[in-house]
Parts: sequence; C-alpha cells; structure tokens
Amino acid sequence: MNLTLKIWRQPDAATAGAMHTYQVEDISSDMSFLEMLDVLNEQLNAVGEDPVAFDSDCREGICGTCSLMINGEAHGPEVTTTCQLHMRSFKDGDTITIEPWRADAFPVLKDLITDRGAFDRIIQAGGFISANTGSAPEANSVPAPRDKAMRAFNAATCISCGACVAACPNGSASLFLGAKITHLGELPQGQPERDTRVVDMVAQHDHEGFGGCTNIGECTAACPKEIPLDVISQLNRDLRTALRNGH
Amino acid sequence: MAATDPSHATPLNQPSKQVSDDARGYYVPGEPLVDPVAPTGPISERWTQRKFDNRLVNPANRRKLDIIIVGTGLAGGAAAATLGEAGYNVKSFCYQDSPRRAHSIAAQGGINAAKNYKEDGDSTFRLFYDTVKGGDYRSRESNVYRLAEVSASIIDQCVAQGVPFAREYGGLLDNRSFGGVQVSRTFYARGQTGQQLLIGAYQAMERQVAAGTVTQYTRHEMLEVIVADGKARGIIARDLVTGEIETHLADVVVLANGGYGNVFYLSTNAMGSNVTAAWRAHRKGAYMANPCYTQIHPTCIPVAGEHQSKLTLMSESLRNDGRIWVPKKKEDCEKDPRDIPEEDRDYYLERIYPSFGNLVPRDIASRQAKNMCDEGRGVGPLVGDFRRGVYLDFTDAIARLGEDAVREKYDNLFDMYERITGENPYQVPMRIYPAVHYVMGGLWVDYHLQSSIPGLFVTGEANFSDHGANRLGASALMQGLADGYFVLPNTIRDYLADGPFEKLDESHPAVVEARTSVEERVHRFLTINGTRSADSFHKELGNIMWEYCGMERSEEGLRKAIDMIRELKAAFWSDLKVLGTADSLNQSLEKAGRVADFIELGELMCIDALNRRESCGGHFRAESQTEDGEALRQDEEFAYVAAWEWGGDDGQPVLHKEELLYTAIEMKQRSYK
Ligand SMILES: Cc1cc2nc3c(=O)[nH]c(=O)nc-3n(C[C@H](O)[C@H](O)[C@H](O)COP(=O)(O)OP(=O)(O)OC[C@H]3O[C@@H](n4cnc5c(N)ncnc54)[C@H](O)[C@@H]3O)c2cc1C
Ligand code: SF4
Ligand code: FES
Repeated sequence: MNLTLKIWRQPDAATAGAMHTYQVEDISSDMSFLEMLDVLNEQLNAVGEDPVAFDSDCREGICGTCSLMINGEAHGPEVTTTCQLHMRSFKDGDTITIEPWRADAFPVLKDLITDRGAFDRIIQAGGFISANTGSAPEANSVPAPRDKAMRAFNAATCISCGACVAACPNGSASLFLGAKITHLGELPQGQPERDTRVVDMVAQHDHEGFGGCTNIGECTAACPKEIPLDVISQLNRDLRTALRNGH
Repeated sequence: MAATDPSHATPLNQPSKQVSDDARGYYVPGEPLVDPVAPTGPISERWTQRKFDNRLVNPANRRKLDIIIVGTGLAGGAAAATLGEAGYNVKSFCYQDSPRRAHSIAAQGGINAAKNYKEDGDSTFRLFYDTVKGGDYRSRESNVYRLAEVSASIIDQCVAQGVPFAREYGGLLDNRSFGGVQVSRTFYARGQTGQQLLIGAYQAMERQVAAGTVTQYTRHEMLEVIVADGKARGIIARDLVTGEIETHLADVVVLANGGYGNVFYLSTNAMGSNVTAAWRAHRKGAYMANPCYTQIHPTCIPVAGEHQSKLTLMSESLRNDGRIWVPKKKEDCEKDPRDIPEEDRDYYLERIYPSFGNLVPRDIASRQAKNMCDEGRGVGPLVGDFRRGVYLDFTDAIARLGEDAVREKYDNLFDMYERITGENPYQVPMRIYPAVHYVMGGLWVDYHLQSSIPGLFVTGEANFSDHGANRLGASALMQGLADGYFVLPNTIRDYLADGPFEKLDESHPAVVEARTSVEERVHRFLTINGTRSADSFHKELGNIMWEYCGMERSEEGLRKAIDMIRELKAAFWSDLKVLGTADSLNQSLEKAGRVADFIELGELMCIDALNRRESCGGHFRAESQTEDGEALRQDEEFAYVAAWEWGGDDGQPVLHKEELLYTAIEMKQRSYK
C-alpha cells in the first residue's frame, strides 16, 4: 500500500519542531508499524535527509521503549504497543499522523523520542521493597494468598511505556503509579513500607509535573497491558490510609 | 549419579589432542590457558571455601572504591544493586532510556532453581549434572556447580523483593518442568518471567540510586575500555542524547552487556543488543571464548518478508501439545494445510525420533525444521525463493482437550501469533521456524569472573563459562542473577582488597589513547560519505552468518563466509553513509558503530567454527556426524575452551586452549533416538 505520513520533526529539545510530510510506497500489511518507519528511514538516508529518530528495542511488546502517538492515539488504534501494531490495521492511501508522547513531564529529545526519566525517579522515591541481598528468608516461608498474588501480578505487568500519561488530558501518571502501588501493596513482603511508599511516590509524581487524576479513563483505554482503572482507586485508598496514619 | 561428593582427585577424562586443523592459515596457535584461580577439592565445598578465602574489604574503605558496571540487565542490574548496597561507589551504564528496559525483560519461560519443592528428587547435584550434560560437556564444572548451588537463594531473594512468581492455591510457589528435564524446577511468572525478575533487580538498583551509592547513566553507550598499566581502569562512553564523549574512571570495570546474537541481524534479541562493549574489550586484550556457540530456538514466528527487523520467540511449551509437520509432497506446500489429508503429512520429528517426538532438544528440532525447508517442503510465504516455516498444529490437542482448555494454556501466545501473522491459530496450524536466540560464547573469564585483563570482570550472557555448547531452557536467567547477586560481589572483593588503586589522571596516555580512538572512529563513520546505510550492511552480514555459520556449518561454507565477510568489511569502510552530526542524538551513527564490531566478530565466529571440527550443542558440523546423520562430538580432540586473543588489525587471532577436565561427571554421548 501507499501511505502519506505526517511526522513531527524536531532536531533537539531546544529547537522548535514542525510536522513534515512524507510518502512511502509498497508497504506490505505484514510489516509492523516500526518496520514501515524503517523503510521510510532507508528512503530518507538514500536521498541525504536525516532519518526520523524514534525509540524501540525489543519490538516484542514487552520493554516499553516504543512510544508513538499515531493519529492522536497513544500506540495507535489497537490495544497493543506500537511495535506490535501491524500495517494491516491501515488502508492503502491512508494519511497517518505520527507524533511523540505528549506530556510536560516527558520533554521531547529529538523527533519522536521523549525523556521518560521521571518514571525512574518515581520508582527511586519508593517503588521497591527493601530486601538486602543475601538476607532473604526461605521463599516459601511467607505464603501469599493466590488471589492477592494474582492481582499483584496483573498490576506488575505494566511496562512503563507512558502511554497512559500521553493519553491523559491532564498528563497524569496515576495509572502507572497505581500499578506499582498495587503490585507491591498486595504482597505480604510489601507491607512494611506500604504507607511511606505511597506518600513518597505521589510526592515525586507531583514534583515531576504530572497532572492530577480526574477519572477520565483515557489511560486505561490506551494501556497496552490493560491495567485496570481500579489500581487508581487502590492508590487513593492507600494514600488516605497513609495520611490517616500520620505520614 | 553419586549421592555423596563424587569429585575425584584425578580427572575422569584425558586432556584433548586436536589432530584436525581445518582453520590452518587463519589463526596463530597460542600458549595453553589455565584458569589461575580454579578451585580444587570436593566440588560441593569449592564455592564455600572460596568465599571464605577471598579477602574482605572493610566497610569504611568501600565508599572509596569506584566500580563501573556496563549493562543493567539481570547480571548488571543485580550487581549494581548488591554492590551499591554493600557500600561501594557504583556507576551503572545502559544504552536504553531506563535500566528496566534491558533485554533480559524479554525472557518468557522461566528460571531454574534446585529447591526440590516437589520432592521429586531434585538437588544441587542434579541441576549441576543436567546443566553440564545439556551443554555437551563444554562448560566448566566448578562454575556450573556454583551456579546450581546459589540457584535456590535467587528465588528467595526475588520473592523478598516482590517478584510475583506463579503460586498455587495454598499460596506457595508453583513450578513446572521445562526443556526436557524430568524434575519440576522451573519458577515462572506467566510468560513474562524475565520482565518480573528484571523489575525486581531494577527496583533494588533504583533504591540504591536514591541512597546515593549507585549513579545511573542511561542513554549512554560504552565505546572503549581504558587499560592503564595493565589494568582496566575505566571506560569511554558516548552520551547518546548530546553526543558528548565522556571519560569515566574507576578502580574496576564490570561488563554485563548481554549477548551478541544480533550478529545474525534477524534474531530474537532486542534491536539494540550489540557486541560493542565486549568487542572493544577484546581488542584491548580480553580473550573471546567459543564465539561460534550459538543457540538456535526452534519455535519462533517465521520471517514474513524482506523488511523484517526481528524475530519473535514463542514459548517452547507449545511443543507439549502441538504436533509438528510438513507436507510429504512439495506440490502441497502452497495449499491450505487444512486441505492436506493425514496421509500426506510428514510428522517428521515423531517419525525420526519416536521416543522424544516433538519434544526433542532445541538443536535437533531446529535442525530438522531447516532440513525440511531445505528439501523444499517448507510452508508459508515465499521469502526470496524459499519458504521458511513448518506447521505446529493444535488440531489434535483441540480435539482431545477442547478449545477452552487449549485457550486457557496458551491464550496469550495464540493472541500474539495472530497479531503478528494475521492468522487465527485455533483454525489454521501455526507456522514456526528456528531463530537465533542466545549465545553461549562470550568473553573468557576465570572462576572469579575476571577476564584476561586484570580488573575487567564479565557477567551474565556476556561471559562464556556456564553453558557449554548448548543451553538448557531457564538457565540464562539463573546465571545472570547468580552472577549479579551472589558470585561477582564475592569475587570482586578479593580484587578490590588491593585497592584503592592509585588515582588515574585524565592526561594518562591510556586515557588519552582510548578517548582519541573513540573520537576518531566517530569522525570516520561520519566522513566516509558512501551510499549504503549501516542497516544494509548488517542485513548482508546476517545472511552470510545464517547461511554458513548457523545451524549447520561445513569447512567449505565457512571458508567462503570468511572471504565474504572480509569483502563486506572493506565495502563497509568505503561505502557507508551516515548522515547527521556527532554532537546530537544520531541513531544511524549508533548503528554504524555496532555493525562495524559485528562484522569483525562475525569473522572470528567463522574461524572458531572452522577450527572446531565437531558437532556439539547447537553447533552442527557437517563433517562430524554419525551414520544416521546425528551430531557427533569429538571429545578426544575438542574438550577444550577456545579462547581467542586479538591479533591486531592486520594480524591473525591467537588461539589459546583451556582444557576441560571433569572430576565429578563422566562424559557421555547424547542420544535421542
Ligand atoms: C525472547 C527471549 C526469551 C528468553 N527466554 C529465556 C527464559 O525463559 N529463560 C532463560 O533463562 N533465559 C531466557 N532468555 C535468555 C536471557 O533472557 C538472556 O540470556 C539474559 O537475560 C541476558 O542477561 P544479561 O544481564 O546478561 O544481559 P541483557 O539483559 O541483555 O542486558 C544487557 C545490558 O547491557 C547494556 N549494554 C549493552 N551494550 C552496551 C554498551 N556498549 N554500552 C552501554 N550499555 C550497554 C544494555 O543497555 C543492557 O542494559 C531469553 C532470551 C530471549 C531473547
Ligand atoms: S500503566 Fe499501562 S500505559 Fe501506563 S505505563 Fe504502564 S503499561 Fe504503559
Ligand atoms: S519496542 Fe519494546 S515494547 Fe515496543
């Protein structure tokens, strides 16, 4: 198929960006969206134009690196990551708009690449269980009820891609945050730091410039791992409990 | 198998004597190599004794010691977390935007540990035994025993960190049997074990970042190691956002840069996985061991077209229920598989290996699939003039168990398959083809994980020592975490006990040399001004490697490949085109650097494969097979580690041999008939 691509080009963080239009031809429906961009880049390189910079690594839907707004939707029209989106989701002659993640807390570094370092800093604020190496108790000495373990697991499938933030009109990272709070808070090992964890992580979230959650639900609709909205209720519940406990 | 410690004072095998010399003219024979810190004594006490013998570093001194760790996968992330927590001053580097995206995240199946929770007879010794045997007796006995020994602590550690392993109804950990092993020792987290383990290590590391013991440098690529006065003392890295070339000095350097499977271009590895860190170290004097040992995985989604950028693995567990076949007649290959009657199907694994059937080991399943396609009986789309695929058919399983039961077991895999291929595997048989998955070769290390450059340690997939010529499922994750959490922190302290070393000045000739060489290289890539992208060279290299140094190799093919790679190298350095500048984010420049190193590695892999005239593990040499076409190992000639020393740009690589002597296990030939 032949496509028209409108792509955000921005040389670096300090320079203003603009949309550019490109044509690609002979795209097969079996290609992934990123392979289609590879084709464009080979084409650009051949004519001496700087290839479009975009992030990807695993191309398997698990590392969370790829991050494109496609026709205004985070990761495009399907409930999956950009790397797992295939061209059969598009039609011959389509015009596709491709932009980087939109959020103040994710500044653009170049073209379609943004800086998601804020996510690491939120984890540093408390998104862990303090377990020193070598001193762990025998694994089966602390049973974890299966239903709680399942819920923890489902929350732990978050790949830190940031689609939730990009989709949210407020630029909130509440779904990402809620997923981590739920993952660690549902496990017996996660209890000692439960109160301080939520308070510290929320404070860092706000400090990074992410917006507040007003229950719009765009986040969960865009999430490739289908993290449910109830992790945000869990986040709010844990935060209230912690504040009540004097944190 | 002995119940008590079986280690003998004298080894059970003789040192090997190589008589064949296929690679004559391509290499220079070097001095024999011995591991200077190899332990002795009863095998079950070697590690305990060594931990005790290794010198300590007083907590007050640890703060003054600087450790650089390149890589944040399971091996590097776990090491950074542990060494930071111990109080050392750690600098951690990765090329991704976050340490949590390291390639370890993609691992699906599970991680082994000798916990014996099922009381099915598992033990440290049995895990050790299975691993050495599975590696076709080409790994080191002491290292593998240590790996098996610490495996149980890994699970404890990960559970304490909140890794959500699968659990049974009572809340205890579940485990399953995996990869042809008869005991249930594989712990898993649905199909995302790697992700969950890596998040555990990443979070532990971020905790240390917050505590100030670890500094993380993301979007940084290590491009050179600094070797001053014979010791590794730092690295040169490029900030991938600003392009700045940075010098980082330390008392010791750890490489945890993962595997180099991307030398084949198409593989299950992440797009950015590369060999640069290891290769730059190799050129500075670190030996590269068994580079030709590549693991090919039989159940990947086949290539769909010329523009494919990578291959996706599907869990091997599918082979438990799916039946593998190809049409008996070539004419049927284009037909809808549902229209091919039972009598016209060749269930070739069940036919050739009646006792193991579809569950034969990875290398056998892979090689037979390739044989079928080479015979012209492959299925799926034509890529070039070739169909690369065989059917993995669930029709019988669906009839036997019902669609719901099959859905419950494999739902996410079937979905993923449908997303990628656009075909519904509940209705049409899946198609699979082998793909490069993992490498067993890597930088040579001693028992302390130290390379042949003092002060340069290597962990995880980047080193060579634990898997031999083949790797059992669920053992790479185990090795990464064993090295990172438990082994390295104990061995590196013996080295650091001599520190802090004299401070190095940035004007030291070794620093200046390393920095200048990086700058010149970057400049050179940008000024060749040829016509071809780095990617196009990478694809070409991949084709050569897959064709001649893939599953099946022959003397003739390898010689041809070496010539082709040499020509490719010359073309690369004269016809490469890299646009953009050095002082900005420039992905074409990043690729160029990686491809340049892959080309040199590819040549060495072919030389190593040419020298090793035996079939072992995933490596099948056409000249070494039994009468019925099975892989034939040559223990008398090749029970050694091939450790290659860089011979200079115009010289030949130097081959050092380290004998593999077994005191606890007797070598046996494999048979799956
Ligand atoms: C699809 C797939 C499935 C797998 N499934 C399993 C399984 O079920 N069980 C199992 O045991 N094993 C499995 N494996 C193998 C296993 O995942 C890997 O062997 C293991 O994770 C490697 O870990 P590592 O820490 O050594 O390296 P990696 O996780 O590859 O990490 C490499 C690190 O080095 C960094 N790096 C590399 N080069 C540079 C440089 N020049 N400068 C700076 N940083 C650099 C990267 O940024 C990254 O942080 C699987 C592998 C694949 C591909
Ligand atoms: S919650 Fe979903 S959308 Fe948000 S970072 Fe995690 S996986 Fe991505
Ligand atoms: S590239 Fe890893 S999730 Fe898309």
